[in-house]
Amino acid sequence: MSDTLESVEDFRARARAWIKANLGPMQGWDMSQHCESDEEELKAVARDRALQRRLFDGGFAGICFPKEYGGQGLTPDHNRAFNEELAGHEYPSRFSVPTFSPCASTLLEFGSPEQKSAHLPAILKGDEVWVQLLSEPGGGSDVAGISTGAVRDAQGDWIVNGSKVWTSRAWWADWGLMLVRTNWDVPKHTGMTVFILPLHQPGIEIHRIERLNGESEACQEFFTDVKVPDSDRMGEVDAGWTIGQRWMYHERLGHNSPYVTHPIGGQKASPHEPSTVGIARKAGRLNDPAAHELIGEHRALGLITQQLQRRIASAAASGKGNTDLSSVDRVFRAVAAIRRSTIAYELAGAGASVWDEDEEGATESVGMNFLLRQASAIGGGTTEISRNVVAERVLGMPRETSGDKGVAYRDIPKGPKRAG
Amino acid sequence: MWHDLTSEQELLRDTTSRYLADKASLAKQRKMRDDPMGFAPDYWTGGAELGWTMLLASEEDGGGSVSGRGLVDLAMLAYEFGKNAAPGPLVDCNVAVLALGGQTGDLQQQVLGELLTGQTIVSSCLGAAPWQLPGDASLSIRQDGDDLVIEGTVKPVESGAHAGYLLVTGRSEGGMTQALVPVDAPGVTIKPLKGIDVSRRFAKVTFSATRVPATALLGSFAKADAAVTRQLQHAAVILSAEAVGAMDAAFDMTLDWTFNRYTFGRALASYQALKHRMADMKSWLEASHAISDAAAEAVADGDSNAAEMASAAKSYIGVQGPELCQEGVQLHGGIGVTYEHDLHFFLRRVTLNALLYGTPAEHRRMLAALQIGQEKAA
Repeated sequence: MSDTLESVEDFRARARAWIKANLGPMQGWDMSQHCESDEEELKAVARDRALQRRLFDGGFAGICFPKEYGGQGLTPDHNRAFNEELAGHEYPSRFSVPTFSPCASTLLEFGSPEQKSAHLPAILKGDEVWVQLLSEPGGGSDVAGISTGAVRDAQGDWIVNGSKVWTSRAWWADWGLMLVRTNWDVPKHTGMTVFILPLHQPGIEIHRIERLNGESEACQEFFTDVKVPDSDRMGEVDAGWTIGQRWMYHERLGHNSPYVTHPIGGQKASPHEPSTVGIARKAGRLNDPAAHELIGEHRALGLITQQLQRRIASAAASGKGNTDLSSVDRVFRAVAAIRRSTIAYELAGAGASVWDEDEEGATESVGMNFLLRQASAIGGGTTEISRNVVAERVLGMPRETSGDKGVAYRDIPKGPKRAG
Repeated sequence: MWHDLTSEQELLRDTTSRYLADKASLAKQRKMRDDPMGFAPDYWTGGAELGWTMLLASEEDGGGSVSGRGLVDLAMLAYEFGKNAAPGPLVDCNVAVLALGGQTGDLQQQVLGELLTGQTIVSSCLGAAPWQLPGDASLSIRQDGDDLVIEGTVKPVESGAHAGYLLVTGRSEGGMTQALVPVDAPGVTIKPLKGIDVSRRFAKVTFSATRVPATALLGSFAKADAAVTRQLQHAAVILSAEAVGAMDAAFDMTLDWTFNRYTFGRALASYQALKHRMADMKSWLEASHAISDAAAEAVADGDSNAAEMASAAKSYIGVQGPELCQEGVQLHGGIGVTYEHDLHFFLRRVTLNALLYGTPAEHRRMLAALQIGQEKAA
């Protein structure tokens, strides 16, 4: 519109020089986001906030966010160039998903000017980490089936009651993007509203969920008469599903989103996940051709996962690809991750199941990862739902019939009905 | 296949696409089912005029690409070959062009010229490969005075019975050797083989103390390992791109079928069990496109990860290509296993491609060797 944009190649050269001068090598906790203890996790959080601030001060935060909200006002191609240059370097990984995508992306698209001014610069400076308050204990993939509700009080503000679950990092994060029911008398998709709210305030209790490997990063929140001012409502009352659909689109894009700063390529396995070569060596199978085939298959799936992400991100960025192609990536990524986890477990032999903790190079994480392997096909919406999206919205196959179409939310069957 | 092509690339691809639809339609291929060659000689020379064999040759040698990355352009054509299940030794002739490029011998220059015009076919006799242990090679090449002596048998050799020359790769003391051998050299026996493909013909080539002069050498004796590796990467890219084209054809055919076939009063496409299978197939298909394109670019540019990309593509597509086509057969039901239906052309294509220039298992072992090497170096 006004002054011409810096060319991608000039930008890349500038980014490369800045990254070299200002960012150290990638750390274990950058990729895995898995810390041994809460103390270590909080240290990593503080480090990520500082790194995000460093990006902001260096003029590289929010490359695709508008300048008026503290971003750089550049294009997805610029973001991609930065992400490619970022490979192998430390970066504020805890901001990428869900803070930038879907939360900040949704805020940018639907927030009021006041909301955007209040939060986008704060996010870009590293002051606010966001979470998405979407899933509920009573419903997994049926996102629009939520029952956590908000009713209006006499002043026109809102009182929230209910519970959200599977909220990663809510125990230390700052703000939440929340979908709640505001009308029980209309079909489910037409009675929801989106709010934003600070996580640490009276009326919100945050419990941590221990997963079967002992790690407890995800949380469940209980809301009891939590007051949300009407100025923190996003969009129109009862029009939350319009936002919700774009929100979930941004969620599916995840790290492929042009709004996310996240290295592309050159990703090494984290120290928490020993390489398949290391696993095979530990199991004494480094000269076994069958083990070599597994190592090669594992490596191929890793490369293909990266290249599929790249293909779909570039289609999304060019505006040519079907936006629901991100569901293809979601299905592939999960299936590949499951296979990789299984391969690692097969290679490790008994060492993955029982181990001597004093022994060097123990491979116990391989066993734990195997036990938890289906998480990659469940978190962020199950692969079953993604397969529906691929079939219906990418391939144009007929939609599933539903039991709640056109039915007021309060009349939708929510459990088995007993005879008589 | 790439989302963004230049107009020159589009033109190159469309010309071949139209040519194949006309000259190599499945109806025509059905008529050629029992033809020993599988295609008419002018089909191949006509294709050469469209650029089928020039893309990996330098301009000095009379070749040239449209994008500056000949292998990327060639992968586009290979995709069209797969989409049409087209006959013709596209892989071997291009591998031969690559092998002959920059060779200064008279024979090499002459054969390269004939390859570019389509006048001659060069078949690849891959009698030694980097995934083998030295003792496993099927061809040996030794020096005897000024001559080379080739011994052994290799199969399958594409279009072997119709080739003018053989690009022979064999094991020598100290490394691999490559030579360009005329099919009428002494001791060469070429026997056509039966096979699962309708489009392509394969042969068994036996060398019994075949003696050729040292001028037949490509590069230096026992020093061809790097050249062979590079040729294999190119072949893996071409075969993968072909397979992706065939997978696209089989997938589209199957998707159409699910819309048009009704059972119990509903289209097959309305059953969730089948929708989910189509979704899985779509994920294999997109992943195959992604790694095939990335491998073509990495090998074309000589990237440091070219070997890994090529083997990742060859091994993944070598497994998922046949799986996708077999799923297509299953969703078609009975008609899917008939000769009358077209689906089998694509199943044949990907099944055979998986075997040529290294099986999925062999490419996985090469990937493992690369990774073990990298971790040792680190």
